[in-house]
Amino acid sequence: MGQRVNKVDTAVTSTGHRAAVGDPVLEIRNLSVDYGYDDSAVHALRDVSLTLGVGEVLGLAGESGCGKSTLAYAATRLLPPPGVITGGDVIFHSSRDDRRLDLFAMSDDQLRASRWDDMAIVFQGAMNSLNPVYRVGKQLIDVMTAHRPDRSRGQHRARAKELLEMVGISPDRINSYPHQLSGGMRQRVMIAMALALEPQVVIMDEPTTALDVVMQRQIVEQLVKLRNELGFSVIFITHDVSLLIELADRIAIMYAGQIIEDATADDLYRRPRHPYTYGLLNSFPPLHGPRRELSGIPGSPPDLTALPAGCPFHPRCPHAFDPCDGKRPELQGTGREGEGHRQVACFLHDGYEVAVPGHLAIAPKPREKSS
Amino acid sequence: MAQREGPATDAATTPTEDPIMLEARALTKHFPVRGLRGRGKAVRAVESVDLTLRRGQVVALVGESGSGKSTVARLLAQLYPATSGQVLLRGEPVKVRFGRRFRAYCRQVQMIFQDPFASLNPIHTVRYVLTRSLRIHHRGLSKEELETRLAGLLEQVHLRPAERYIDKFPHELSGGQRQRIAIARALGARPTVLLADEPVSMLDVSIRLGVLNLLKELKEELDLAILYITHDIASARYFADRTVVMYAGEVVESGDSESVTQNPAHPYTQLLVSSAPDPDKLADAAERPARGEPPSLIKPPSGCRFHPRCPFAMDRCKTESPPSLPAGDGRVAACWLYAEGVEKPAGLEVKA
Ligand SMILES: Nc1ncnc2c1ncn2[C@@H]1O[C@H](COP(=O)(O)OP(=O)(O)OP(=O)(O)O)[C@@H](O)[C@H]1O
Ligand SMILES: Nc1ncnc2c1ncn2[C@@H]1O[C@H](COP(=O)(O)OP(=O)(O)OP(=O)(O)O)[C@@H](O)[C@H]1O
Ligand code: SF4
Ligand SMILES: [Mg+2]
Ligand SMILES: [Mg+2]
Repeated sequence: MGQRVNKVDTAVTSTGHRAAVGDPVLEIRNLSVDYGYDDSAVHALRDVSLTLGVGEVLGLAGESGCGKSTLAYAATRLLPPPGVITGGDVIFHSSRDDRRLDLFAMSDDQLRASRWDDMAIVFQGAMNSLNPVYRVGKQLIDVMTAHRPDRSRGQHRARAKELLEMVGISPDRINSYPHQLSGGMRQRVMIAMALALEPQVVIMDEPTTALDVVMQRQIVEQLVKLRNELGFSVIFITHDVSLLIELADRIAIMYAGQIIEDATADDLYRRPRHPYTYGLLNSFPPLHGPRRELSGIPGSPPDLTALPAGCPFHPRCPHAFDPCDGKRPELQGTGREGEGHRQVACFLHDGYEVAVPGHLAIAPKPREKSS
Repeated sequence: MAQREGPATDAATTPTEDPIMLEARALTKHFPVRGLRGRGKAVRAVESVDLTLRRGQVVALVGESGSGKSTVARLLAQLYPATSGQVLLRGEPVKVRFGRRFRAYCRQVQMIFQDPFASLNPIHTVRYVLTRSLRIHHRGLSKEELETRLAGLLEQVHLRPAERYIDKFPHELSGGQRQRIAIARALGARPTVLLADEPVSMLDVSIRLGVLNLLKELKEELDLAILYITHDIASARYFADRTVVMYAGEVVESGDSESVTQNPAHPYTQLLVSSAPDPDKLADAAERPARGEPPSLIKPPSGCRFHPRCPFAMDRCKTESPPSLPAGDGRVAACWLYAEGVEKPAGLEVKA
């Protein structure tokens, strides 16, 4: 196995304030979101808890429609109607000062001041959200002017050039219009904008999905480099688990509005515990190693307005047994030695007298390479 | 499958292979640029592409966005005329774009598009869509014959029981089911060639393999020649017998999928392969940093179109366009490094 290139032990913020890696910077607790009110409401998030550590890159993966974007919107209080937050808290702990913000209790003004400054988000399809009639430099400067009105336009302009350079775009492109830039460059402009005010948390929703692999690699490498230099934390949303395994320190897998497994990237890849995680990993043909038949996951994701009783995955699960269609498994620690803080929501790991299939077993049976 | 060892059999050039169904020779497409400033200019989207589709074989066409993959497929499907070059169906040049021979061509060469949401008309049921495809190509089917064929088509794409799907509208189906309907529609014409332009990239990860496996099965059952367009090189390895790599409108490498992906010869293919996410080779990519932007196709770089980004570029690369040269393992690469007498630079070999 290759060594991981992106680990950091400490994160030093650009202001010099030293924060201990591992302290929480963002805590999402029991977050639930519906779209709509009545019986036909879509239960897009159910009881989602997730903690982002200082300096951490947390990957969030799952199939289309499982609620990844909803989580990003709800956690930043940007959820558009008919989305309703029906429960939960989101707490931001500043690692640069002693502020502790309860996002759902903040006033709109407080929220506006905190957005971009503490937490920034790069939306899905963001490269198309640049305004086509303004030069990219102006759009960068406008964001900074709104939050740092005390600085001069010249200062902002210099900073905008610096930001472009930081994401690998020549500063002389500052006067370009969006259509004069390639998709990959526009995406990097959006990343530059998110980083403009040096936020502590950056949420990126599918920032590279529309790009080809060469551009994707370029952006991901820049992101890791910037994270190491600036010390922010990242929630990186994608459906591409193979990308996350390379990029993320920790990965949370979502299915039908719930987190069903949360583990370090390496554990998740080499020792998946949840049958869905296992299926997802086996949905990507390997680029190297032996070629073999793959099956993907039979069936299709459930309808969120009419979720099956019990474990939402049980109709597709090859290992479903007694309790699975009756009770909903909770996300909890596997309670085994050497498993760290990893969590899984599956009855196979819940103390039932059941033979856990070998590939999901806790016993330290090393998985064969790429199988 | 066993890994290739040593000098492999020259699979690409052995003439004892399955018969060629569809062939492109020096296929070229330039799109004129509109507007005052564009006068006389053209987007040189596809430049002298050769491609061979054989019966019962899948050929993958890979390359970055904008490299001309879809344009090649559309030219093969006769959706627009080529600027120059030839398309041959079973060795016969296709010249006209009207009349009975043209219809016969369209029946034999069917296309599947990337977006299963856009490619099916929302106001038509599955029955309507499939009936039309059957009727256009097989006139005078009796009612019973039609029903049997409809059920057979749905069966073929694993949508069973057929009654459950036959009267549904597209919006009542999942993405994977819709793409299966699009495949069934293509099969209704009894084609011999299937052009699949990113048939799974809009689908959920967990159901992509299901559709790819279905295509694989149909290929074997019906002896189809399939062109599989993708930018996921790992899926090309999984699904395709041969892989053709395009860069900026030109074919830069082709050969059997295993050697193209495991031991890429052209520096662009190497960049592509090393950029792909691969959990088992974490450190590798960092050693070969990916750089540069795709070139303009209106004023493409002189010589080798990849030279501005190529770590191995030589003087000759800036002025002379490289021909297709043998690059080992039965592959050809359009790269001067494979010309006779050129010493291979250190770092060129990337054996898996
Ligand atoms: N405005 C809305 N009204 C009703 N349902 C919605 C709305 N927006 C999203 N949903 C539903 O909520 C669920 C979660 O959607 P979300 O966009 O969070 O998924 P996602 O995981 O980001 O998917 P993708 O990978 O496709 O981006 C989906 O089933 C979706 O259909
Ligand atoms: N109708 C058209 N008019 C002008 N230019 C076009 C037209 N169709 C395609 N092009 C240009 O031709 C080039 C090749 O496009 P094509 O769609 O074939 O690329 P592709 O390899 O399929 O890319 P992708 O992976 O993004 O689908 C691009 O630069 C594109 O902008
Ligand atoms: S809880 Fe049951 S149905 Fe759900 S994944 Fe685990 S074993 Fe399968
Ligand atoms: Mg989303
Ligand atoms: Mg295309």
